[in-house]
Amino acid sequence: MEDHQQPMRHILSLLLENESGALSRVAGLFSARGYNIESLTVAPTEDPTLSRMTIVTSGSEEVIEQITKQLNKLIDVVKVFDLNEGRHIERELMLVKVRAEGVVREEIKRTVDIFRGRIIDVTEKTYTVELTGPRDKLDAFLEAMDKRFILETVRTGSSGIGRGEWILRA
Amino acid sequence: MQLSGAEITIRCLEAEGVEYVFGYPGGAVLHIYDALFTQDKVRHILVRHEQAALHAADAYARATGRPGVALVTSGPGVTNAVTGIATAYMDSIPMVIISGQVPTPAIGLDAFQEVDTVGITRPCVKHNFLVKQVEDLATTMKKAFHVASTGRPGPVLVDIPKDVSQHMAEFLYPDSVSMRSYSPALRGDPAAIQAAVDMLLEARRPMVYVGGGAILGNASGQVTQLVKDLGFPCTNTLMGLGAYPATDPQFVGMLGMHGTYEANLAMQHCDVLLAIGARFDDRVIGNPRHFYSEGRRIIHVDIDPSSISKRVRVDVPIVGDLSHVLREMQTLLDASKKRPDDAALKEWWKQIGEWRGRNCLAYDRSSAIIKPQFVVEKLYEVTRGDAIVTSDVGQHQMWAAQYINLTSPRRWLNSGGLGTMGFGLPAAMGAQLAFPDETVACVTGEASIQMCIQELSTCKQYHLPVKVINLNNRYLGMVRQWQQILHGNRYSESYMDALPDFVKLAESYGHVGVRVENPADVEPAMREAFALKDRVVFMDFMTDQTENVFPMVKAGQGLTEMLMGAEDL
Repeated sequence: MEDHQQPMRHILSLLLENESGALSRVAGLFSARGYNIESLTVAPTEDPTLSRMTIVTSGSEEVIEQITKQLNKLIDVVKVFDLNEGRHIERELMLVKVRAEGVVREEIKRTVDIFRGRIIDVTEKTYTVELTGPRDKLDAFLEAMDKRFILETVRTGSSGIGRGEWILRA
Repeated sequence: MQLSGAEITIRCLEAEGVEYVFGYPGGAVLHIYDALFTQDKVRHILVRHEQAALHAADAYARATGRPGVALVTSGPGVTNAVTGIATAYMDSIPMVIISGQVPTPAIGLDAFQEVDTVGITRPCVKHNFLVKQVEDLATTMKKAFHVASTGRPGPVLVDIPKDVSQHMAEFLYPDSVSMRSYSPALRGDPAAIQAAVDMLLEARRPMVYVGGGAILGNASGQVTQLVKDLGFPCTNTLMGLGAYPATDPQFVGMLGMHGTYEANLAMQHCDVLLAIGARFDDRVIGNPRHFYSEGRRIIHVDIDPSSISKRVRVDVPIVGDLSHVLREMQTLLDASKKRPDDAALKEWWKQIGEWRGRNCLAYDRSSAIIKPQFVVEKLYEVTRGDAIVTSDVGQHQMWAAQYINLTSPRRWLNSGGLGTMGFGLPAAMGAQLAFPDETVACVTGEASIQMCIQELSTCKQYHLPVKVINLNNRYLGMVRQWQQILHGNRYSESYMDALPDFVKLAESYGHVGVRVENPADVEPAMREAFALKDRVVFMDFMTDQTENVFPMVKAGQGLTEMLMGAEDL
């Protein structure tokens, strides 16, 4: 289909059968049809037969519509919802190991505080920082840090949930 | 009663009313073959290559509407089957494929004949299962048949490790299954159906475009009634041939890359298009940008929401079972006081009549060399349009589609989506088993037929008297045609040297072989061949090497940018 629009970032929330192979069906769909995938997170829910997945992707309205339809077509997928259609919250967890020696040690601590992060491991030479927030907050933290001090970054990818009393149910 | 996994597998097939299983034994399925041996309700057809097992089961499904069943062993058994699975997937054919797998403790250890079957087939099945314990087997089989045959149909694979087929369990076949993640829509949205009917009644230049979904959804009766009632022109896609009768004056021929002049022009210039069980694919509408250049309103009825607004944005989407939706439409239409605008329709038919006047399927009937179109026309005449026709892939497929006027569904079996050479002969076997008293003809070419020619042996073993119409032009004809038109006559690897003597080859398999070299001999040879009711006859027609399929829309071009014949080259 002709694409007239600029790609937009969408957060898709999925409920799927907690079965081996379900993840590869979703991942395979994205690669086979050439859809973008920024991040994908998945874990079982309070009902152990179901997994909740958050996929962050981008595309025009037409592409997002196709992605949603194709996901719905997968037999293991129980529900698909585009969180962009309503008010929602997005959070990601990041662990960053930074070199923290001498004079910068205090400054790094202050930056972590500003971003409401926590230092969860300390050595003479390093801090390990835990930070939660929407993707752009984590990006902003990394930008605020001097690149030379960043030793290692681990990010979970975004998880999303709708605001208010609205619930995604099987 | 406790049964082994193998016995359970066969009992499930029995419960599903499966007549035939097409397959090939091997280590991982030995228990299942043993269980087959001790019963006589499910008949096994031993093919000569797993690809053929899939195509035969697939054609059985296409011809009957019931799921086709194939049984293959692990490793190479499965990889050989993949082409057939993908063929069925692209054409949405209901199938259940049972594959053997190495024993569960050996999975992942690179055991002999181990492949990741679920992984390899995942992108070309509607769904697949690995059965890890025998207790799950019966329910899994029930789910497989349910998923394969409902909604938009498709192949479903059940991978059964060898130890699972050996272990014992209580057998209980469920009457039904419910899956919270799978419930295909049945009824269309009433408001959309009403909007569609209103739009149809306002049309001045309407067109009905019918795809394979109308056949899969057993809706060709409703399609025909609706079209007749409205008096609108109708076209079928390659997969939809037979859904609307080709002999009816309202039929404007197949559309698309090798569609008729009148079908393609009507498709482009209509003001309201009703698409039924079709998917606007690249071979049908050509370049979508060109298709958009002409404004028209589109109603699209399909069981699969993802087929709607995929390549072309539609105005009225209706998701639902076609017969349901069309019946609703008919009811609204019958109740409506409004009728289509007669004067506008008359004008539109006049325009279509002018396009028809181009006589786009004309060819040289006085040729001293056999024209392939002539052979297909004679096939149609000699069989009085009564044969089930299977086809391979290439020029012969297009000529068969153009010159055989199908009047009913499920009588034209070809690989439309994947375009699988080698489909025709095994498909003919599947159709012949489904309908032993019918005439089954396989239209093929000397290249396609060689991709599954070993199945002549299967035809012999099971007395399947199919008739092979080989249009032998010593070229990969469609490849040669594209090379002539798009690659400056550079015929790279499209000439087939060292062809076998097909007559002797057929004879060596125990069949009748006939070579035909003169146009005058075509009809008599065919009459003689079709009179041999209980024999396979391989007819090798030496046809014009330079013949091309026209009209032709080059890939990426607009639907109306057709090459009409040699004069356009």
